[in-house]
Amino acid sequence: MDVMILAGGLSHERDVSVRSGRRVKDALESVGARVTLHDVDTDLIPALRSLPEGGVVWPLLHGASGEDGSLQALLELLGVPFVGTASHEARVAWVKPVAKAVLERAGVKTPAFVTFPQSLFREVGADQVLTAIAERFALPVAVKPARGGSALGVSIVSDREELPRAMVHCFAYGDIALIEAAVEGIEVAVSVVGTGDDARVLPAVEIVAQGPYDYDARYNPGRVEYFAPARLTDAQRATVEGAALEVHRVLGLRDLSRVDMIVDADGNAQVLDINIAPGMTETSLFPQAAEAGGLELGQLYKEICERALAR
Amino acid sequence: MTSAETGGTRLDPWLESYAARAHAMRASEIRALFAVASRPEVVSLAGGMPYIGGLPLEELGEMMRRIVVEQGEVALQYGSGQGYEPLREHIVQVMALEGITAHPDDVVVTTGSQQALDLVTKIFIDPGDVIVAEAPSYVGALGVFRAHEADVVHVAMDADGLVPAELERTLARLKAEGRRVKFLYTVPNFHNPGGVTLSLERRPQVLGICERYGVLVLEDNPYGLLGFDSDPLPALRSMSPEGVIYLGSFSKTFAPGFRVGWAVAPHAVREKLVLASESAILCPSHASQLAITAYLDHHDWQGQIKKFREQYRERRDAMVSALEEMIPEASWNVPDGGFYVWLKLPEGLNSKSMLPRAVTARVAYVPGTAFYFDGQGADHIRLSYCYPTPERIREGVRRLAGVVDQELETVRIFGADAGGGGDTVEFPSPDLA
Repeated sequence: MDVMILAGGLSHERDVSVRSGRRVKDALESVGARVTLHDVDTDLIPALRSLPEGGVVWPLLHGASGEDGSLQALLELLGVPFVGTASHEARVAWVKPVAKAVLERAGVKTPAFVTFPQSLFREVGADQVLTAIAERFALPVAVKPARGGSALGVSIVSDREELPRAMVHCFAYGDIALIEAAVEGIEVAVSVVGTGDDARVLPAVEIVAQGPYDYDARYNPGRVEYFAPARLTDAQRATVEGAALEVHRVLGLRDLSRVDMIVDADGNAQVLDINIAPGMTETSLFPQAAEAGGLELGQLYKEICERALAR
Repeated sequence: MTSAETGGTRLDPWLESYAARAHAMRASEIRALFAVASRPEVVSLAGGMPYIGGLPLEELGEMMRRIVVEQGEVALQYGSGQGYEPLREHIVQVMALEGITAHPDDVVVTTGSQQALDLVTKIFIDPGDVIVAEAPSYVGALGVFRAHEADVVHVAMDADGLVPAELERTLARLKAEGRRVKFLYTVPNFHNPGGVTLSLERRPQVLGICERYGVLVLEDNPYGLLGFDSDPLPALRSMSPEGVIYLGSFSKTFAPGFRVGWAVAPHAVREKLVLASESAILCPSHASQLAITAYLDHHDWQGQIKKFREQYRERRDAMVSALEEMIPEASWNVPDGGFYVWLKLPEGLNSKSMLPRAVTARVAYVPGTAFYFDGQGADHIRLSYCYPTPERIREGVRRLAGVVDQELETVRIFGADAGGGGDTVEFPSPDLA
């Protein structure tokens, strides 16, 4: 099988994408696939056009252009088979407030939130908006860019006075901010493999971070202890697995996804984030889940490619 | 990898085994952002990469070929720990341009002057010892000092470099506090990142103060021959051979890919440097040393430096005029040589928080916080003009101006101090050299 992995790009998560790409390449080669890595640049379209018959593309770009549906739209335009969610669905999953609204409407629980562009703060006065936010939400809140991953631009704010700084930090990554109630509980990531009725979950991975689960915690081993499978009761496990499958179904995701959530004090799974191109680095959650499920990564990735090809 | 105690994993089975000094060595968000800076779409005003395109690459290719064909059995073999003697003879000639009188036996060749920095720090610093350094200071040196668990105390600079009165006050205070100051680290010429040069008048003053307090001087001089308008000033080492360890480099005057630098030190110190270097790397790259020797033997290297100076002057001019036109609300120095403009951002901006916005706009710089040991510098950025063409520099400044405008708008909306404080030192990557 020929697989062209797309990794790199120009987003803030380029580094993570490059590392993800290399890991998946190694795993696929270990099971006999012929794998090439390609960046997103002016050579991309000629390279896609020369993909051998029976070949498949795996976009492993994180952040804009890789996860926002535009690259997927290009692949659809060229008629190239690819791994992962189609362009329309990717576009919805990519914008956190949009995805959250769709999920909420479908009955999936997600923390209460508001979304504002920077212009709203300018037009009606930042101080008054922030005061209203602090009145509506019991602090702490999470302030995050409406688009993006790897916790870049994210702050957890416990003090009203810290809100302006968190907003400046957030708006450096994008012009729309999501402010979300910070829910306490057991933090888990549930990976899903497959599409439609064939979708199945991998064991939930529990994340216990000393301090915030930020970029530093994610990509430097030490500050986070992972439990795979997560230490959940049977009821909690059923809840998070059900929620992940429901997210995958409601948003129309394909082949693989990772849903990050918190099991709150009432035992509800509160969905925080959806990843259609989950990280595949040596510290990433998707490969940990696969290994916890007794799956060999190369075989699993090969199966994902084969299913994409068979579509 | 699973912990027997908890059943969880921290993904690194050796986490409990690291030395304490390794705990601060962590990949940062900033490092991740720099991953984008290497892409051609981005105008990188970040790295101190010399303009290698200005070298006669065809001739150098032929030179390298001849080294392997004609001297391969020597070039590809181990060499002396102290360095290849014909190269050390050349280095003596190079240093003479800045008034240094030395013997080839005084020279220790290293893997870039970065290794010399590491060796000097290794042989002098116990955890907690103090190194005094300019404010701001070269990020790569701060990384080495941190790795060896030194404490760095900064001393102010002005347009004439390190301020002697401030140095004296700092050393007196540290002495009164019973702190052990091991050396003064200084980049006297075309400072990285400050761009300023220690004036001729201040040089003996700085040396005199250090001598009175029994403090060694570590003179780091990669840019001394890259002045635009004036002859090089005499090196500190030329004024105090017993009180100064001098570090030189071919990285900025020739090419960093060879990784060849050197140290010149008082006799006893030099002996220890050689032993420390041998224990670290056995010997510096023999092939690189032969290449540089051949270059110095057969090429007009002084003419090449003159060409570099002209090219860098043109780029400096391009940057300064673009800044004057497009970011007049900022302030900066106009360097007389070297690679860097040190720019003070308009009030309220934070160079580190602004970086993601810059990367989105396809322009990169180094946040000022990288050049301090103590979290200062958030109000500054370092801009390098050495690598991009004048047209690209202008485009980079145009993008940066847009970034500054947007960030000012955000900061105005949320309050002037919303940008917050700085951060601690970044571990150096080649992007920051």
